[in-house]
Amino acid sequence: MSEQKLPMAGLDGAPPTPPVAKSTSAARLVGTLAVAGAVAGAAIVMVFSWANPLIQANQAARLTGAITEVLGGAARYETVFLDGGAFTKEPQADTATLDRVYVGYDAAGAPHGVAIVTEASGFSDVVRVIFGYDPTSGDLLGMKVLENKETPGLGDKIEKDSMFVGEFADVGTPLVGVKKDRATGAHEEIVMITGATISSRTVVDMINRRMEALREPVSALWASTAVASGGEAPDAARAGATGGGL
Amino acid sequence: MSKTTPTQDLVSGIWKQNPVFVMLLGLCPTLAVTNSVANAIAMSAATFFVLLGSSVLVSTFKKWIPKEVRIASYIMIIATFVTFADLVLAAVVPDIHKALGAFIALIVVNCMILGRQEAFAAKNTVGRAALDAIGSGIGFSIALLMMGSVREVLGNGTFLGFHVFGPSFAPWVIMILPPGGFFTLGVYLLIFAWWKGRKQTTVHPRRWLHEVTAEAGD
Repeated sequence: MSEQKLPMAGLDGAPPTPPVAKSTSAARLVGTLAVAGAVAGAAIVMVFSWANPLIQANQAARLTGAITEVLGGAARYETVFLDGGAFTKEPQADTATLDRVYVGYDAAGAPHGVAIVTEASGFSDVVRVIFGYDPTSGDLLGMKVLENKETPGLGDKIEKDSMFVGEFADVGTPLVGVKKDRATGAHEEIVMITGATISSRTVVDMINRRMEALREPVSALWASTAVASGGEAPDAARAGATGGGL
Repeated sequence: MSKTTPTQDLVSGIWKQNPVFVMLLGLCPTLAVTNSVANAIAMSAATFFVLLGSSVLVSTFKKWIPKEVRIASYIMIIATFVTFADLVLAAVVPDIHKALGAFIALIVVNCMILGRQEAFAAKNTVGRAALDAIGSGIGFSIALLMMGSVREVLGNGTFLGFHVFGPSFAPWVIMILPPGGFFTLGVYLLIFAWWKGRKQTTVHPRRWLHEVTAEAGD
């Protein structure tokens, strides 16, 4: 039909219509993307509503595991927030913006220690650690690296070397990082990893800095917690641990 | 429309048109997350899922997608599948999700996936597109596994966490660091290029002879 029409149009004297590339209307283009976007969004919402509770549970389990580990066997823990210079369980401000620590209790309900998260720049990226602190003796109970991107085989020993991690159990504060051959056996000493001085020092320094900032409020918190749980301070069980280091 | 057989669609992506070693596509995850076999497997699985899902969807809807917005539409389809993979990995295997980090989200910009949509899925039937995606997915997985095995065995002395050498083995730490990725990929590319070159030199005279006899027969 159109093949016959074109030469005829030429005969009429009317200019022949140039062949135009078929273009799609703008409405159709926008419509296609809008429909695709809506369907994609709906599908993602469905998957998200299934996955989100699991993801949250995973994160909570990871935190609980870390707190239990650094507190040396706390049965349960409670989050307390630093609001206006003092720790409180029910702060006035939005909890998302507040600093926090975790108070661990043993099976009998007596306070066991305080787990504190801190972070600082290491050799390659931010190193995040959680450590357990016993305000009664002023000792650390344990340390666990939550996040690090330190050099594999050297700096990442701060997480993987059980010797180094073990140094943080029953050690006085503030910590003193020493090289292997300079260790004197003092209560505050942490023997650093050979070949990973910066990574080791990062961990030691960040714990010291955090303790310096939090020592007062944590002590106040500890006094009130001990009273709240019937004055049963857990130091009776830990009488063997030498104090000092303060 | 396709001039290949279904078997060719499936097989070509695995070896002859291997996305990584032959086409040099998807090199970012190939270099970044192959420092252990477990990471390579997780990355392969996520990429495989995204590739297959996107290919089937693109092929299904090819008639309705105007060509002006096809790339945007493909990216949207791919991104949706990547988000699925990201959420599922975070929910089911949080440790691996943490190890892969941002590279799961970066599957969206994996050229291999968009390349398969544009070059194949948009022009072929759903079945063919699925076969092509499976082939390319397997090829990509093989490449990542080959990278991951070498790097983990040499760099950490382990395979999937099991020690393969005696305790006296000193790991070549550089192999699990970024330079190790480049070294390993370079050696593989060298082997592939050498293998291809050798095949050409051995095949060529025979083909020439064959052509001569064919002409003589005419």
